[in-house]
Amino acid sequence: MSATDPTMMRVGDVPSPAEASPASDRASRRAALEEAVLPPVVALLVAAVVGDLLILSFGQSPGAVYRLLLEGTWGNAYGFGQVLYKATTLVFTGLAVGVGLRAGLFNIGAESQLAAGGFCAALAGLALPSGLPWLVCLPLYLVAAAAGGGVVGAIPGVLKARFGAHEVIVTIMLNFVVLALLGYLTSAHLHVPETLHTPPIRSGALPRVAGVLPAFHGSAANATLVLAIVTAAALGWLLFRTRRGFELRAVGLQPRAAEYAGVSVARITWQALTLSGAIAGLGGLNFVLGYKQYYEEGFATGAGFLGIAVALVGRSHPFGITVAALLFATLSQGGLAVNALVPKQMVDVLQAVVILAVATSVPEVRRLLRGATRSAER
Amino acid sequence: MSVLAYLAATLRIAVPYLLAAAGGVITERAGLIGLTLEGYMLGGAFCAVWATFVTGSPWIGAGAAVVGGAALALLYAVSSIRFRADQVVVGIAINLLAIGLTRFLLRLFFDSSSNSPRVGGFVVQGSGTGFGALMTNPLVWAGVLVVPGAAWLLYRTPFGLRVRAVGEHPAAAASVGVAVARVRYLAVALSGVLAGLGGAYLALDQHQFTDGMTAGRGFIALAATIFGRWDPARVALACLLFAAAETLQIRLQGTQALPSQLVEMLPYLLTIVALAGLVGRAVAPAALGKTTIE
Repeated sequence: MSATDPTMMRVGDVPSPAEASPASDRASRRAALEEAVLPPVVALLVAAVVGDLLILSFGQSPGAVYRLLLEGTWGNAYGFGQVLYKATTLVFTGLAVGVGLRAGLFNIGAESQLAAGGFCAALAGLALPSGLPWLVCLPLYLVAAAAGGGVVGAIPGVLKARFGAHEVIVTIMLNFVVLALLGYLTSAHLHVPETLHTPPIRSGALPRVAGVLPAFHGSAANATLVLAIVTAAALGWLLFRTRRGFELRAVGLQPRAAEYAGVSVARITWQALTLSGAIAGLGGLNFVLGYKQYYEEGFATGAGFLGIAVALVGRSHPFGITVAALLFATLSQGGLAVNALVPKQMVDVLQAVVILAVATSVPEVRRLLRGATRSAER
Repeated sequence: MSVLAYLAATLRIAVPYLLAAAGGVITERAGLIGLTLEGYMLGGAFCAVWATFVTGSPWIGAGAAVVGGAALALLYAVSSIRFRADQVVVGIAINLLAIGLTRFLLRLFFDSSSNSPRVGGFVVQGSGTGFGALMTNPLVWAGVLVVPGAAWLLYRTPFGLRVRAVGEHPAAAASVGVAVARVRYLAVALSGVLAGLGGAYLALDQHQFTDGMTAGRGFIALAATIFGRWDPARVALACLLFAAAETLQIRLQGTQALPSQLVEMLPYLLTIVALAGLVGRAVAPAALGKTTIE
């Protein structure tokens, strides 16, 4: 793939900055907001129609299925706790993909970065003596998880910055390499016989939400939730309030102009992908320390690809990503809730339809809105 | 174990790679990323089993796989050519759609969340795994002939010339009267047909459909496409190399001489190395992945 042209993988995903004079500032902000929000709305409508068809094909009534889906997710504390647990991982992978997109880079490797982060956190945990309070261990776990994911993210970053290797293909291929490597390390050296997981970690399990609110009993929601919100806020600050964040977005929007203005595109490239990997790696804590207290092969399956969906629907903005993570978590948990009426596999189809519809409607909405602005100016 | 048996085992594993990678070469030479091969294969595998189950004929099964692969490919083409959606995003969505739809239809048609009932195939079960049995399977012949076929198509026909032109410089192609969009639609559809056949081979060889049965083979075909530098002959060699390594790993299983995971990662690792330019330079078609014609 052409590596000399860094604009090639521009996803056309980031709402364009205001171009107009201060007088029309408000109007252009509104236009940017419309451009950002319309595609996800269109996508949800399309998904609802496809969902209706699938439900009808199974001989059920869409109304009843959707009602059951809502009751099983937001309708009771356990279901809602599970939604929060699933959303937590998706916030991390969504932010990871989102920060890459902001820099004009497509990180498809969030799945293996998530797994590597969880694996390294488990390694750190197995090395610790038992009985330490979680607040003492937490810094070590944060560093281990971020380092695990960060290294996996840095590889495509450096290969792209140094050799021009295309990050999409490298991250896809690296997913297989890293997951096979982790599988080898786990099965050859670390696993409990007859299982696919490591021995339990004795120190630093994160507190569950159920410990504070007993109604959430049985759900896996835990303190990683807070970490996800803090990470989203910190990333928003980095992207929109710091010079480094400005440089990152400049490279994403117009690399040649950024280079001309003195920003090193190569440096931003490897830094953005490393940061992206580190964020995905932190997500590994949700399963390893918040839920099971061990690393298990396959815990990250699917979370990377869903992270792409979350980042797209959330338009690569930390707030949008958080909302989108809740949406996709509701869908996956809802699939389990409706499984008695229709196959839970219906949700897999709907998630794909949402991505497809957002991807196809983004350029279309942009053209329509631009067309409307031009004819209004005339 | 004899060399001949080893070669037969390698060919048996290589056939789906050869079919899908030939599709990968054609779609990427036309400028569209071959991320979707995995989805076409999975869709093709399901359609093949379903049609064979209903009609009892593997020929109709293979035909259904062609239709299924082409349908997914057309969805990809319409999204990325007509609507100019980002190819990577659409590609991922198509793969997820193939996984989701096959799972849903497995429940709907066969009331199972893991596998279909057993179906017949081209080769009678228990007829051995040597060359003799392989050569009675028409899809093996398709896999062997697809390589010279793709080379002939790309380098010896007007259509192939147009495919290469729209993949390198669509604006120049358009300026001499090539219908860029139409050539790309055809190339993508052809890749869907070929990868769908690869999926059909896989499913009919195992006599059933199982959830997610392609297990990354479409991505191995994509790896072979890149590792073979988008040239049919080299891509075929890459497919055979990857298949030979896999055969070796299967033969060594149980001896613990070589961890299976290390062989699994080989195609992907080689592709990353090739992309980084450490072993020769992999230079892609210039317009690969671009959504607009400028």
